[in-house]
This record gives sequence, C-alpha cells and structure tokens, in this order.
Amino acid sequence: MIQIRGLLKSFGRRPVLQGVDLDVGTGETLVVIGGSGCGKSTLLKCVVGLIPSDGGTIIVDDRDLRSVHDEAERSEWRGKFGYLFQEGALFDSMSVWENVAFGLKYMTNMPHSRYRRIASEKLALVGLKDVEDLKPAQLSGGMKKRVALARAIAASPRYILYDEPTTGLDPIMSDVINNLVLDLQKKLGVTSIAVTHDMKSALKIATRIAMLHEGRVLAAGSPEEIRESRDPAVRQFIEGRSMGPIGAV
Amino acid sequence: MNGFLDVLGRQVLAVSAALGGLALLVRASFYWLFRSRLELRQTLIQMAKIGADSLPVTVMTSFFTGMVLALQTAISSQRLFNEPLFVGTVVSFSMVMELSPVLTALVVAGRAGAAIAAELGTMRVTEQVDALLTLGTDPVRYLVIPRFLAFMLVLPLLTVLSDFSGTAGGLVVSVMRFGIPENTYWHDIIDYMETKHFYHGVIKSAVFAFAISFICSYRGLSTTGGAEGVGRSTTGAVVASMVAVLLLDYFASSILVAMGIP
Repeated sequence: MIQIRGLLKSFGRRPVLQGVDLDVGTGETLVVIGGSGCGKSTLLKCVVGLIPSDGGTIIVDDRDLRSVHDEAERSEWRGKFGYLFQEGALFDSMSVWENVAFGLKYMTNMPHSRYRRIASEKLALVGLKDVEDLKPAQLSGGMKKRVALARAIAASPRYILYDEPTTGLDPIMSDVINNLVLDLQKKLGVTSIAVTHDMKSALKIATRIAMLHEGRVLAAGSPEEIRESRDPAVRQFIEGRSMGPIGAV
Repeated sequence: MNGFLDVLGRQVLAVSAALGGLALLVRASFYWLFRSRLELRQTLIQMAKIGADSLPVTVMTSFFTGMVLALQTAISSQRLFNEPLFVGTVVSFSMVMELSPVLTALVVAGRAGAAIAAELGTMRVTEQVDALLTLGTDPVRYLVIPRFLAFMLVLPLLTVLSDFSGTAGGLVVSVMRFGIPENTYWHDIIDYMETKHFYHGVIKSAVFAFAISFICSYRGLSTTGGAEGVGRSTTGAVVASMVAVLLLDYFASSILVAMGIP
C-alpha cells in the first residue's frame, strides 16, 4: 500500500505539488489525471525517490521514505517499483534483451545464464517476440513502450509506476498498451499508479482516478464517479474544453 | 552598477555551484569505487573509445610538434653556434615534460571529453539516467567510474606514445633537413634524460585525466534543456577541461619540481 500525505515540491519559486494526499490500495490501479505541467510526473518521481520532496510523507509498505538515508536503502526502496518512462528511456547502446535484463543484474541474485530467457519471457508477456537482438533505434514507438514495460516488470516489482503510458502512440497502439496494463494487473496482481492526460486510457485501466489541479488532488473516486463529477474543472478536463476554470497554458 | 553586481553575483554563484557539484561527484565516485564491483565491460569499452579512437590524432599532433620543435631549435642554434646543437635534448625534454602531457590532454579533452559530455547529457535528457536508478544502479557507479578509470589508464599511455612520436618527428627533421647523425640525436637524449623526467610528464597526465574525466562527466550528468542543453554541456565541458588542463599544468609542475621530480 502507498500512502501519500501533504506532499510538497517546488522548482525554484514555482510550487508544483502543494500538499498532495493520496492512498493506493494493494492491487489497485490509481490513475492520476491532470493538465500538462500540473505535477503528475513529479509526483511519480517523488514516490520512487528520483527527486526529493520538500515536505510531506510517502509511506510504502509501512516504511516512510524519510527514513531511507544511505545508498543501499535508496536502492532497496527503488527496487520495489517498476517504472515506465514517458519516452521509454531505453538504453541506446544495448540490445532489446539487454535492456530488459538490465535490472536483473542489480536487483536480483539470479544467475547470469538465466537473464536472456527471463528477458524473452517478459517480452512475450508484452506481446513481443524475435526482437531480442534489435537495438531500440530499430523499434517503432509502440514497440519501444512495450520493451520499456517488459523492462519495468522484469525484476517482478510489487508496484508499477506508469508515466504517460499512451502518449505519442496512435489510438490502436494506445489500446494495445491499455490492454497490456490490464493484463499485467490481472496476471501479476501488482499495485500501480499511472499518470496520464488521456481520458480514454484513464477510464479503461483505472480502478480509481484522482485529478490533480494546482498542486492538489481536486477530486478522487471510481472511474464512474469521475465521469459523473459536477466539479467544473473536472468536467472541463474530461470533456477537453479550452474554456473553463483550468487555464490553457 | 547594480546590474554589474547582479551579473557578477550570478556568475560567482554558478561557478560555486558547479565546483560544489563537481566535488560531490568526486566524493560519490570514490564511495562507489571501493564499495561496488568494477564494471569491467564498461571500463574496457571506454578505454577503447578514449584510447584507440584518440590515438591517430594524438600521434599525428605530437609528431608534427616534434618536427616543428626540431626545426626551430636547429635554426636557433645554427644562428648562435653555426651548427645545430642539442636538438634531440631540446625536443625530447620539451615533449616528455611539457608538450606531450598538455597536448595529449587537450586533444583527448576535445575528442573523448566532448563525447562523454554529449553521451551522458543525452542520457540525462532522455531519462536514461533516471532509468538506471529505477533499475537498481547508481549512475555514478555505472557511468562515471568506468570513464574515470579508463581516462586514468589511457591518458598516461597516450602521453607516453606521444613522447615517442614527438621525438621521432624531431629525429626526421634533424636527420633529413639538418643532416644531424641519428646517433648524435639519440645520444643528446640519453646523455641528459633521466627516468624522473619521464615521470614528471606521466604524473601530470594522470592529474589531467582526473580533471577531464570528472569535469566532462559532471557537465554531462547536469545537463538540462533537451538538445540545446546537450550542445551547451558539450561545449562547456571541453572549454572547462582545457582551462583546467592549462591551470593544473602550472600547479602540478610547481609541486613536482618542489618534490624533486623535475
């Protein structure tokens, strides 16, 4: 379980997160929606410990991130999470299978000889085969996302964080990724947080949705509750209107 | 006046922040150097990139520098003594103690240093550095230490090759242009040069390797702002490395001389 209370983060004088409170139950997929630049990706990076928060608490499995001090503890903390980056963030210099197996070397005690087989299994899980020896530059956008997803789940994390999983993909490939997220949820039973501004994707994969606005959680509830919300900002966002309380930047 | 102080203050703060960041990177590198397994494959790849790829340009630069040195020395001594004297001595001492370490460091900073800053900068802006962290690997351990070790091993080796190449360049000009017997040229070197002269250059090249590897890695890892930021980091890394080499050259030479390693 992930518990976030009063999370604060500013970049210079610009406040991004101004007291975010969120709970993510075990086995749940929480989708955080909100406009561009509202702090969704920052929230994920604070949770995984990639950027330090300015205040508030993040508790995962009853452990507070503030109690994590040295490098070994930080590494152990990050090892709980699989992270799907917005653009995939695949290592250009490595082949697909080396990308997928990368974390196994540092996060598991698995013998080296099993890396390639595990990588192929994870790639099959995301619907890819015969791509093991290709380089990331030889893959399409959708394939890169799937390889990145295979890499995120390779070391069997308890939590998966998705940063804009469908951004930059065509509608069909977006649906493929949405189905994969749902499949992984069923097969692996992991707890997930996804951030997106793609409402179709959010409504499909979420067990719960929270909307972030002006650095705080504006509304949270089941996909149906969010869809039926009467809050003007939520309505503006899900209907995709430029006029309303959320200013277009 | 206020505008000038404002600009000056910002520059001082920026330089202080960069030096602080660099010091933290050095500390983190030594932390991981003694606490983690060596990334041997990465280190060998970096040695190949820094060493093999920089070899032709380093050898060519020092060969022609040796030729110019021999030419100038022979002409000057002909004017003073009517014959070219001690050409081998001047060429070899200049190359071994000063020109080889400095020129090699400048060439490698411009070539391999720029490549390091650009590669790490691109990894930073495409979130590959963050990806390393989420996959249980510290970027300092995986990216910086192999580059640091490769620089520390390869730059002194390149400097030694540059010593030989420069001396060979001087020999060609001495023999072919001024008719100095080959034996005389070599005796001019062997009679005066001691091992400690050789160490002087090699130790300085290790100091330069330390500075270039950390400056370029730091600039790469602190890149922000997409493709433009990568370009800025690359240029900044090369300029800072070259300035550092020239500054450190004086201080390292002074210290080595004081320690009796002339």
